[in-house]
Amino acid sequence: MLEYRSISELCGRAEEENRRISELVLADQAAQLELPAEELFRRMERRIEVMESAVAAGLDPELRSASGLTGGDAAKMWAYAAGGGVCGGTVCRAIARAIAVSENNAAMGRVVAAPTAGSCGILPGTVVSLLSEGRCSREAAVMSLFTAGAFGMVIAARATIAGAEGGCQAECGSAAAMAAAAVVELMGGSPGQCADACAMAIKNQLGLVCDPVAGLVEIPCIKRNAAGVTTAFCAAEMALAGIRSKIPADECIDAMRAVGESMPSALRETARGGLAATPTGERLREQVFGVSK
Amino acid sequence: MNVFDIIGPVMIGPSSSHTAGAVRLGRIALKLLGERAVRAEIGLSGSFAETYRGHGTDKALVAGIMGLHSDDDRIRRSLELAEETGLSVTISETQIPGAHPNTARIALTGASGARMELQGSSVGGGNVLITSINGMAVSFTGQYNTILVRHLDKPGAIAAVTQFMAGSGVNIGNFRLSRERRGGEALMTIEVDGDVSDSLMSALRGLPPVQQAVLIRAM
Repeated sequence: MLEYRSISELCGRAEEENRRISELVLADQAAQLELPAEELFRRMERRIEVMESAVAAGLDPELRSASGLTGGDAAKMWAYAAGGGVCGGTVCRAIARAIAVSENNAAMGRVVAAPTAGSCGILPGTVVSLLSEGRCSREAAVMSLFTAGAFGMVIAARATIAGAEGGCQAECGSAAAMAAAAVVELMGGSPGQCADACAMAIKNQLGLVCDPVAGLVEIPCIKRNAAGVTTAFCAAEMALAGIRSKIPADECIDAMRAVGESMPSALRETARGGLAATPTGERLREQVFGVSK
Repeated sequence: MNVFDIIGPVMIGPSSSHTAGAVRLGRIALKLLGERAVRAEIGLSGSFAETYRGHGTDKALVAGIMGLHSDDDRIRRSLELAEETGLSVTISETQIPGAHPNTARIALTGASGARMELQGSSVGGGNVLITSINGMAVSFTGQYNTILVRHLDKPGAIAAVTQFMAGSGVNIGNFRLSRERRGGEALMTIEVDGDVSDSLMSALRGLPPVQQAVLIRAM
């Protein structure tokens, strides 16, 4: 049985047994949940399907959130991506998918919390993108979510995945780290490269605060999902190029925990600091909820 | 924790405490009512009162009262659905001193006239804490399979229920008794380990002191 308390343990075991992390995790979870592996695979496949539907629903240009503050940006990004943008169509469409899923979440649509609702666009933006762009098989995409989930379990055990405890680094940061590991596995990287990608994604989002305008999962959450996708790809590309993280993944996660603990409460989901406390942030809050608070 | 707690749950946005937790509060109220609700009076306190419009908390509570699950995409139009299906809903803002910021009070009237009232909070991650049922103080989270037994407060009632459960091999993890007054209506809150079968629940309902027995399944 795996304990999911250390990335180095997870990767060490996979390399020892000469298996992909996802294979190790699927077998382990089947044993722990006392269910057949096929049943777990189907359950994860269903999550990919929900992610795909959330992308499609979120690309509707007419979609608006319950507050009326957001919606319709994914459609703009998708249209723009047709021209290739600066980074190429793949990256632009990946950003569009992340925005789509996040906007769908804000509009009370169905999503997969991965690991949370606030960060639900990042795994679809990466894994579903590679699947939709024909860069991997459906089976591999489903399997890669077991790898992402295992990295997430370690982060949750060593640090936190809640914005109220650790800021946005714990939500979008964790999602980007999980996605980076999944992308590396999908592109044929080794378990050690998955760990390096996870480490580099966390490093690049360390200190990110949770400062939602009006306390809603919209501004800036939706755009941070888009940024989380590019962070995940960036970290995965570096790891696949053979670049090592000088700080091991487990120590990066521990640093994230320590940074989260030293963050003032105004920057941990209370909507009292950061962008929420800007004049425009305050005005938008009044627009949605009225003046008194 | 398992891999599906991280890649999941499948849920309706925008946030687990405002959607999934609120749906769950509504569903527990419906379950306690025991029949289709035709009238729902919802009082929102604290942060729920201030922000329910932006988060859609009202829609989630009403969806739960209609029996929808937290991953049902009809939640976003639950208020229209309520109107179409003959559930009248009133929502008011109220102050409940000392309550958790995300607290709701739900009073339901059923199709045949049954009534129930519940107070509960959405405490994060889709988890809830129920603090009052029909004016009696309770405390359970729904993280365990929870059996609520309404009965008359008289000697032997608790023994009858717990002995029956012992005989059925069900282990009790937590037990609490609440009552309105001596000899009046009383409520057992019993959190148990493992699964609870339908046959156990119907046998429980057949015990002489039991007026109502409801199972709230763990998330």
